[in-house]
Amino acid sequence: MHPAFSIIFLTTLIGAGQGLFLALYTGQLYSVFKLLPAESSGQFYVLGSLISLALLVAGLGSSFFHLGRPERAWRSAARWRTSWMSREVIVLPVFMASVAAWGLLHFTGWNPVLFTLGDSFPVDLSLLAGAVATVLCFALFLCTGMIYACIKMLQEWATPWTVINYTLLGWASGFTLVTGFAAYQESAQTGFFGAWAIILTVLALIGRSASLVRNASLQPKSTMETAIGVRHSRIEQKAQGAMGGSFNTREYFHGASQRKYKNIKWLFLLLVFPVPLVMLAGGLVAASPALLVLAFLVQYAGLVLERWFFFAQANHPQNLYYQTV
Amino acid sequence: MTQLALVIDLNVCVGCHACVTSCKEWNTSGTAGYLSDMNPYGADPVGTFFNRVQSFEVGQFPDTETVHFPKSCLHCEDPPCVPVCPTGASYKRESDGIVLVDSDKCIGCNYCSWACPYGARELDAHQKIMKKCTLCVDRIYDESLPESERKPACVLACPAEARLFGDVNDPDSEVAVAIRESGGYQLMPEWGTKPANHYLPRQKVSITIHEDELERADNPLRKERRKPMPDDSEPTLDETTSW
Repeated sequence: MHPAFSIIFLTTLIGAGQGLFLALYTGQLYSVFKLLPAESSGQFYVLGSLISLALLVAGLGSSFFHLGRPERAWRSAARWRTSWMSREVIVLPVFMASVAAWGLLHFTGWNPVLFTLGDSFPVDLSLLAGAVATVLCFALFLCTGMIYACIKMLQEWATPWTVINYTLLGWASGFTLVTGFAAYQESAQTGFFGAWAIILTVLALIGRSASLVRNASLQPKSTMETAIGVRHSRIEQKAQGAMGGSFNTREYFHGASQRKYKNIKWLFLLLVFPVPLVMLAGGLVAASPALLVLAFLVQYAGLVLERWFFFAQANHPQNLYYQTV
Repeated sequence: MTQLALVIDLNVCVGCHACVTSCKEWNTSGTAGYLSDMNPYGADPVGTFFNRVQSFEVGQFPDTETVHFPKSCLHCEDPPCVPVCPTGASYKRESDGIVLVDSDKCIGCNYCSWACPYGARELDAHQKIMKKCTLCVDRIYDESLPESERKPACVLACPAEARLFGDVNDPDSEVAVAIRESGGYQLMPEWGTKPANHYLPRQKVSITIHEDELERADNPLRKERRKPMPDDSEPTLDETTSW
C-alpha cells in the first residue's frame, strides 16, 4: 500500500496522546492507592492533559488531509454499525472530550467525593472521569487497529497483532513522553514512569517482532491463476490497460526501492526500541530531563517510520493485475 | 432476487478496447459526474476509468497464448467495499444488486478501495470522490431509449459480442445459461465476495486421436485387397457351404 503521511501522523500522534493520558491516569491511581507520592499540585495533570489533547487534536487535524472531501467529514460517523472507521470517528472526539473534562477537573480543583468503596476508599469525580476516559482510550486503540485488521484481503494487517501493536506502541510512546515531562516538572513519579516506559517499549518490541515474523512467512491467498482464472503457472502481464498509470498504480504501491524499504525497516526497529531504551535508562540514571525528552522525540521519529513500513509492507491482491509497476 | 451482472467471454474478446472507450464516453457525462483526465495528450496520460482491458501472456515462448482481460466492478453479491464505508456512500441496491457510490456522500477516504481485492474502484483525481462501474444504471432503465439499447454501453459497443448482460439469478436468462453451460467462473473466489460478474473460459476446439484410429481396422478396401481370387483348383463357394 502507498503510505499516506496524513494517516501516519494521525495514528502516531493520537497513539502518543492516548499513551500520555494512560500514563497520567496510572500515576494518579498509584498515588490514590498511596503506592506513589502524590503530585504536589494539580498542575502536573492539567499540563499533561493539555499536551495529550494537543497531540490528539494534531492527529485529528492530520486525518483531514487524507480525505478528498474534508468538508463532508461529519458524514463519516454514520455507519458505526459496520465500519470501524466510523467507530473511530465517533470514539476519538468523545475520548478527547473526556480527557479535557478530566484535565478541567484538576484545573478547577472541583473534585467531590462521589461514594466510598468499602470503608476507607473514597472515589472522587476525577477518578471516575479518568476511568471513563481510560475505557474510551482502549476503545480508540481497538478502533484504530481494527480499521486495518478487519480487511482480510490485506493479509499482513488481518491479524490480532495489528491491534496489539497499535496499542502497545501508542502506550509505550506515551509513557516515554510522560517520563520527560515529569522530569521537567520535577515530579516524584519520574522514575515510576521511566520504568514503565522501558517495560512497555520492550513489550512493544516483542509484539512488533512477532508480527514481522508472522508476515515474513505469509502465503498470499490470491495468485495470478485465481486473479484471471487461467490455470497456468506462468502468466505474465503485457499490458495494464493504461499508459501513464492509474489510481491502481498510485494507491497500492509504496514506490520505494527495495533497498530503501529494507533500510526503513531496520531504522525503525532501531529508533523505536533500543535507542530510546538506552536514552531512558541513561536519562533516569543521570537525572537528565533533556535526554528523556530526546528519548521520546527519537521514538516518535521511529514510529513515523514504523507506520510507513506498516503500510508499505501490505501487499494488496489487486497488485496482481498491475505486475509491471 | 435480481442480480444484474456482466458475463465476459474470454474466448471471444480480442482486446480492442471498444468497451473501454464507449464506457468512458457514456459515463463521463453520467449522473455521478465526469471521469476526469489529466495530461490526456501528453507523455503520461492518466485518468479515471470504470473499465480497463489488460493483456496477459500465458505460457513460455513459443508455446504461449494471449489472454485479453476486461475488468470492471464485479458487483459482488457480498461486496467487501460496502460495510467498511464510514458514510454509507458505498451501497448495494436491493432491487437489482448493483453496487454504487453516492457521489454526494463520498468523502474520498479511499477505504472502500482498500477493501476491494479486485482494484475495481478509482478515486477521481479532480472531484476527489470514489468512482466505479455503475452497470450504466442511468441507461438500462431509460424508457426513452429503444429496448434493445437498454444495456450497458460496453455491452453495446463490443464488436465481438464478448459481453453479455442480464440477471444472473434468473436461471433462464442469457447470462445464467452462458455461465451454466459454458463453464462461467468468478475471479478470486478465495475471498468469499461472490462476484456477480462471471468470465467464460478460453476454449479450444480439439479432439483426441489414438494411434490405432489413424488406420481403419475395418477398411473394406483392405479386406478386398487381402482376399485373393480363388484358384481354379479350389472348391467353389457352393462346394464349401453345401456339405
